[in-house]
Amino acid sequence: MAKAAVARNVDAAAPAPLLAVKDLEAWYGESHVLHGVSFDVNPGEVVTLLGRNGAGKTTTLKAIMGILPKRKGSVTFEGRELMHAPARFVARAGIAFCPEERGIFSSLNVEENLMLPPQVKPGGMSVEQIFDLFPNLKERLASQGTKLSGGEQQMLAIGRILRTGAKMLLLDEPTEGLAPVIIQQIGRTIARLKQEGFTIVLVEQNFRFASTVADRHYVVEQGKVIDMIPNAELDANIDKLHAYLGV
Amino acid sequence: MFELLGIPPQALFGQLLLGLINGSFYAILSLGLAVIFGLLNIINFAHGAQYMLGAFVAWMLLNYLGIGYWWALLIVPIVVGAFGIVLERLMIARLYHLDHLYGLLLTFGLALIIQGLLRNQYGISGLPYSIPPQLAGGQNLGFMFLPNYRGWVVVASLAVCVATWFVIEKTRLGAYLRAATENPTLVGAFGINVPRMITLTYGFGVALAAFAGVLAAPVYSVNPNMGADLIIVVFAVVVIGGMGSILGSIVTGFGLGLVEGLTKVFYPEASSVVIFVIMAIVLLVKPAGLFGRAA
Repeated sequence: MAKAAVARNVDAAAPAPLLAVKDLEAWYGESHVLHGVSFDVNPGEVVTLLGRNGAGKTTTLKAIMGILPKRKGSVTFEGRELMHAPARFVARAGIAFCPEERGIFSSLNVEENLMLPPQVKPGGMSVEQIFDLFPNLKERLASQGTKLSGGEQQMLAIGRILRTGAKMLLLDEPTEGLAPVIIQQIGRTIARLKQEGFTIVLVEQNFRFASTVADRHYVVEQGKVIDMIPNAELDANIDKLHAYLGV
Repeated sequence: MFELLGIPPQALFGQLLLGLINGSFYAILSLGLAVIFGLLNIINFAHGAQYMLGAFVAWMLLNYLGIGYWWALLIVPIVVGAFGIVLERLMIARLYHLDHLYGLLLTFGLALIIQGLLRNQYGISGLPYSIPPQLAGGQNLGFMFLPNYRGWVVVASLAVCVATWFVIEKTRLGAYLRAATENPTLVGAFGINVPRMITLTYGFGVALAAFAGVLAAPVYSVNPNMGADLIIVVFAVVVIGGMGSILGSIVTGFGLGLVEGLTKVFYPEASSVVIFVIMAIVLLVKPAGLFGRAA
């Protein structure tokens, strides 16, 4: 402990990480998917998890949220250990999750979907601010949630967690399958959320998109974080990254 | 007076009224089953026993404590609903990670235990429960005679069904319920306490059955078998309406009550099987039920 405290003093310029994941392991049934994922996210940062399909990026987010029944290791948020808390306590601690499949409820209309996640902290965005980010939603409030286009569903999935007051967002492939113009809109939104002080972990396949919004990139392979590349050094490391991602 | 296809109107409307009364019970009971099935994924086979228990608790309140019908209408659903919550916490909750079938078997066993205990204690000859004095008598509507209590049963159950539908389909609470029915994991990841919601939903479904039991006590005699007789028909109603559909269970409940009543008028021999014939046809033509969404 004393050593850690000293190290922190020496490194006083760097803030304590908001989210610290250490040696995170997780299982789907019998299959061992994460083999010790470790990474930190500092307050106000946008960090991506890059990696091939099946590397364990989505599983990492789910394990942080406490959605997976079997996991091991440590997840601390604002210094609090969340490892043994069920998902609803992780959400209540101030971490919001936007799943890859978007999770729009078909038996709820757009407004009900938007208003569904309860407020967990004060200071969430107002509905007006969310409409300001995603004007399309405002015109479709009475539509069935799943009748929206893919892009609109993604906006709804992001919009509804901004209301909750959670300042840490876990976004799982928000650009997947969307048209370039929508991807740009999502990119602008992420930049604006960063300005407003949100901290974001972004799972991405598309590292070109990731490079436009992120501060740092963690590379995930076979259930482990194998490298970290600051966005500023992305160009210098582009060959390495291509090798990791197999593109 | 006119005649319709050779049927005197008194007989026709009398049977339609009986059908509507039966339909009222089908609707409330299948609604409770639908709500429970939607969120818990468990076919609550104890539903008939819980309905019967509602009638018995009303009888006990009257005969042991002197508490009458109107208070029973309020107290019984709370007492039996609380009993349901205890069952859910202590037993049913342990089976959620298993196949539906185990929940069905457990609740079937619970139903047999409840029935058996009451049969030992009270026999099967049936206990009388009289109509509250405010609802004694009836109205002559010209074309038929309407006993007040029967009219009340239809109105009360319709009101409860519509109120339940409104809460589930039109309120914030109902949105949580619908969302948790669709994707409980994600709803939990938003910070909502899904296990508690499941427990309360089961309690509410059981309370609906108990409410129906109190309504039924003055119509049918209070008998340990009253639920077992009814619940088989109610399961058929649920299958026809579509498992888990709220509106479907209400509309189908009342509708099939009427169909049964009409069958009694025009072809009495078929009246006890008509619902099951419809069930078989619906299963063959639209297996998800008339109001169900195909999975």
